[in-house]
Amino acid sequence: MQAGNGTILSIRDLRKAFGGLVAVRDISFDIPEGRIFGLIGPNGSGKTTVLNLITAELSADSGSILFEGREMVGRQSFEVCRARIARTFQLVRVLPYMTTRENVMLGRMFGSAPTSPAQAAQDADALLERVGMAGRADLVASQLTYIDQKRIELARALATHPKLLLLDEWLAGLNPSELRIGIDLIRQICQDGVTIVMIEHVMEAIRALCDRVAVMNAGDKIAEGTPASVLSDPEVMHAYLGADDAAA
Amino acid sequence: MLDALRNARAAAALIVIAAIALAFVPLFSSGYVMSVFILLFANVALATAWSFFSGATRYISLATAAFFGIGIYVLAIAHVYVPVPVALIAAAIIGFLVALVVGLSTLRLRGVYFVVFTFGLTELIHQVLNWWEVKINHTVSRFIFTDVSNIAIYETLLVAALITIVGSWYVNQIRLGYALRAIGEDETVARHAGINTTRVKVVCFALSASVMAFVGAVLALRYPYVDASIAFNSTWSFQVLIAALLGGGGRAWGPAIGAIPLVLLSEYLAGTFPHHFSIALGLCFVVIVYFLPGGLTRLVLRLYHSWLVPQLKKAEVL
Repeated sequence: MQAGNGTILSIRDLRKAFGGLVAVRDISFDIPEGRIFGLIGPNGSGKTTVLNLITAELSADSGSILFEGREMVGRQSFEVCRARIARTFQLVRVLPYMTTRENVMLGRMFGSAPTSPAQAAQDADALLERVGMAGRADLVASQLTYIDQKRIELARALATHPKLLLLDEWLAGLNPSELRIGIDLIRQICQDGVTIVMIEHVMEAIRALCDRVAVMNAGDKIAEGTPASVLSDPEVMHAYLGADDAAA
Repeated sequence: MLDALRNARAAAALIVIAAIALAFVPLFSSGYVMSVFILLFANVALATAWSFFSGATRYISLATAAFFGIGIYVLAIAHVYVPVPVALIAAAIIGFLVALVVGLSTLRLRGVYFVVFTFGLTELIHQVLNWWEVKINHTVSRFIFTDVSNIAIYETLLVAALITIVGSWYVNQIRLGYALRAIGEDETVARHAGINTTRVKVVCFALSASVMAFVGAVLALRYPYVDASIAFNSTWSFQVLIAALLGGGGRAWGPAIGAIPLVLLSEYLAGTFPHHFSIALGLCFVVIVYFLPGGLTRLVLRLYHSWLVPQLKKAEVL
């Protein structure tokens, strides 16, 4: 960890089981403030469950989630949001019959720094410009393309005024030029002072953005470190590729 | 923005003129016309109150008859001991409190479970009340003796309907209105955007229920006596729901636009085809739903934009 940067989020022995299936098995890690932290691993390894536990979409069986020293386990989602943790969803979720602007206004009106609808509308337009959606504020969200809906989600999350932003495969499904724009956007958000945790399968983005990466497999954390060291770890390759290919 | 302002002013002017005109109707009309208007105002208030919560959040409630019936019973019991206005306010408050308790325990149910629960709630209160009346009070019905005139009932319901519409419009403009609509579109997103969804749902459900209980209490002034079957009649729940759907969502005046033709149609059919009333009404609904999927609101807006606005522009009014 770099000097001058504290830990913004500290996860200790976090556990969640669905019946007999342990989706997250007593994992621990620290998110350094002001950085981009990657959470990777094969499908079904428990990454999204971790995000859902942090944002109280699911309740943890045991363990602790300390955000700026305050316990988040046992709180409700809206309280986590007001504590300044925002997220996007793996399967894009917009409010389909609202306009782009109204989608973003929502985060502004009810996030950690609530404002009036009029003020929220102004701020929403500025945020939409920032994510590259200027001029599309009055379109109904369901009419937009997938990438534009992802941008709305990001703008809505930013509108809640987060210190910690959780991105769940936000870059998935983008074409190469969109990916470049997306990577720049995430970097910019981090430079503006927002700590980011990103679940991602696009390794190009992980290498370009993340200072630290944790790897999950079948509910366990199997590695943590810099992207380069983690991605050359034999156990990580094993998890991703299977025993034979990893040995080759 | 200017257009919206002009529209809002036009709407406000329209409402004020209509309200003043309606307030003077009792001076010129027969008892029958008055009673049709009374029914009309009651249905407008109920449909608007229903839509305020259920239309926005899409928690489809069939508990209208439950709260309506609570209002009737509060009046029937209380008017013996306290002045009628106090009994009416008590009905609204008790409706609010019951809905608060019911909401806290049930608004985590979604979709069809919530619908079935609210339907069952009406029946539950009906049966419990029946049991209480028979076993404890040794009676099956209660008489209502008041000297409240039809004009007073008319004016009270007119004001109640107006307050409900204007209140519903107002809430649509403020943060609470956005929260309600967000819950209707995606409750998970609403939660993660910082909305205390439980509190918003429970409070708005209770507000809507208090209007329903109040309307029930006012209408009860016209009944010579009530029993549990009269008070807790699920037809009210369905009629209000149909009025709101017929009107269409998205606008505060939508449910009112739906309630008016529904009440008039019911009145006409009940008078003309008393034996085939429900069949004829059902047939009308099929036709309406088939040809007006967006409700009357959309039709009115379309006529307004494609016909009235050009006409007014031509006449240089706008």
